Amino acid sequence: MKKLKKLVSIVVASAMVLAMAGCGASDAGNTAGGDTFKIGGIGPTTGAAAIYGMAVQNAAQLAVEEINAAGGVNGYQLELNFQDDEHDAEKSVNAYNNLKDWGAQIILGSVTSAPCIAVVEKTKEDNMFQITPSGTAVECVQYDNAFRVCFSDPTQGVIAAQYIKEKALGTKIAIIYDSSDTYSTGIYEAFAGEAANQSLEIVSTEAFTADSNKDFSVQLQKAKDAGADLVFLPIYYSESALILSQAAQMAYAPTFFSVDGMDGILSVDNFDASLAEGSIFLSPFTSTVNAKAETFSAAYEAKFGEIPNQFAADSYDAVYIIKQALEAKNATPDMTVSDLCEALKSAMVEINFSGTTGDSITWSADGEPTKAPIAIKIVNGEYTVL
Amino acid sequence: MSFITYLINGISLGSIYALIALGYTMVYGIAKMLNFAHGDVIMVGAFTVYTLCSILGLPPVVGVLIAVAFCTALGMGIEKMAYKPLRKASSPLAVLITAIGVSYLLQNLALLIFGANTKSFTSVISMEPIKLADGQISISGETIVTIIVCILIIIGLMLFINKTKMGQAMLAVAEDKGAAQLMGINVDGTIALTFAIGSALAAVAGVLLCSAYPSLTPYTGSMPGIKAFVAAVFGGIGSIPGAFIGGILLGIIEIFGKAYISSQLSDAIVFAVLIIVLLVKPTGLLGKNIQEKV
Repeated sequence: MKKLKKLVSIVVASAMVLAMAGCGASDAGNTAGGDTFKIGGIGPTTGAAAIYGMAVQNAAQLAVEEINAAGGVNGYQLELNFQDDEHDAEKSVNAYNNLKDWGAQIILGSVTSAPCIAVVEKTKEDNMFQITPSGTAVECVQYDNAFRVCFSDPTQGVIAAQYIKEKALGTKIAIIYDSSDTYSTGIYEAFAGEAANQSLEIVSTEAFTADSNKDFSVQLQKAKDAGADLVFLPIYYSESALILSQAAQMAYAPTFFSVDGMDGILSVDNFDASLAEGSIFLSPFTSTVNAKAETFSAAYEAKFGEIPNQFAADSYDAVYIIKQALEAKNATPDMTVSDLCEALKSAMVEINFSGTTGDSITWSADGEPTKAPIAIKIVNGEYTVL
Repeated sequence: MSFITYLINGISLGSIYALIALGYTMVYGIAKMLNFAHGDVIMVGAFTVYTLCSILGLPPVVGVLIAVAFCTALGMGIEKMAYKPLRKASSPLAVLITAIGVSYLLQNLALLIFGANTKSFTSVISMEPIKLADGQISISGETIVTIIVCILIIIGLMLFINKTKMGQAMLAVAEDKGAAQLMGINVDGTIALTFAIGSALAAVAGVLLCSAYPSLTPYTGSMPGIKAFVAAVFGGIGSIPGAFIGGILLGIIEIFGKAYISSQLSDAIVFAVLIIVLLVKPTGLLGKNIQEKV
């Protein structure tokens, strides 16, 4: 009986704490509005894609601090609240709901495709302006309130095929993709389509799913048997790292060609960088691509102790794009979420943005950017621009 | 040529499943419970080796031995704290739910300590790949060691059970707990020993798993754990040779399914085979049909 009483009192106490925490959150929501632009960030700061989420969060924070220090936007300060979604669509929507309670007016995110698609459905309903730094699936910006900084999956697939053809990187191509992932499947389909146009020979196409993403011996063996001299990996870096080490185990050494998902592979804890030697991937950013990128990289490295990846750059640019768009329309924080969205939407197709991921980037009304890609090769354990 | 490579890879993957399945099957046979935390003990074993060898730089052999000792203690600890108090519970579901709880506990503890970022596991096996048929077949050191270790462990375990007193006690407890106690067998001690052996095997399996597929997260153990459970049921749960045969067959089916049917459907194929086997032979390949006496 005593034990039961103790248990009841613990439950009651924790319920009270929770209730009080709830009050605190809603108070903050009520007093907000009017004096700052509230930007809500969403991305995986933990979980399998944490390297991306952390990069986006850090870079967005850096950009917001810089802008605020320089006097803000139209005389108003920016405020950033970044929520973790663990690369999970459901958690991403929860994060969005939290941000709405907080009073967010603009959404920066989500960082990865599947969560982004879920969130854009909600921002569409609320007519809130959304810009994703790195959500690459077509559907991420399927509504007119959403824009992106990075390339879409089909664009990446098409550019990858053109690049391989142009540089004659391989004659027989094998593909290993994740059929349970939107990002991977999207790039694969566009790549396969464009490869036919470019008369590239695809000798083997193998898939895997999120539940069987450990053993790649079969996929690699098939690529090897088919005589592939280039393996195209439209997947994220965790699986790429496994594929590289299993290929080394079976003494198979083709050229590995990937897209922006491979960015970050050198940051995997304890990863043997020599495995990735010679691998090439397409990415819109490296720290040496232009003057803005160099300044940004130096600032980022000084603050966070590591070289920023493409996701950080996309995120940093996204904040500056928001700034430029807000300035173009002389927007103020007291505008309603919907009015702000309409203003930013019309601004986006007019602005010409130069940032760390390219010069003179423009947007079409469907949310897609126009800019030039960059190929990066891993040489001596470092990312090198080709 | 690739057929042989697939077969060897299948046996290698199957050997890991077999080692994990042994833990499931022994615990089920003796304590009549499904220890769903077993897959996560694998993960703990792998993280122990990762910490000792990759971070602290100890030699692999020392790391593996400490991991085995640690997991053995962990397995016995879990049994004593989480399962033993529930052994007399009226519903067998109580202990099953507890096992699921322990599984989440272990995963979240690992998440708390190591974070969710994927770690690249340095293989503890430093053996050059063997090349056969003019280099057309290349068998990695990990594959060879995995298969050999699995066979040695199975032989050792069979000898232990059939030739030693403690092994005989295990068989007796598996047969009839009450009668075994009347014959003077320490039932609690025997069950604890079973958990100890199962967990030690899990540590070995974890190290081999992560050496062959060098990525490590707090969820590393869950999918292999489920597949090994399938292997144990496939071979006949409670039967040690059954776990071995079930594991090896499952590995081969998975790899062949991937290679010759569809790389996307490998898991579906594995589970479809399980359903067919259970329809035809509900006790599994080597399971015994025990008649309930009224």
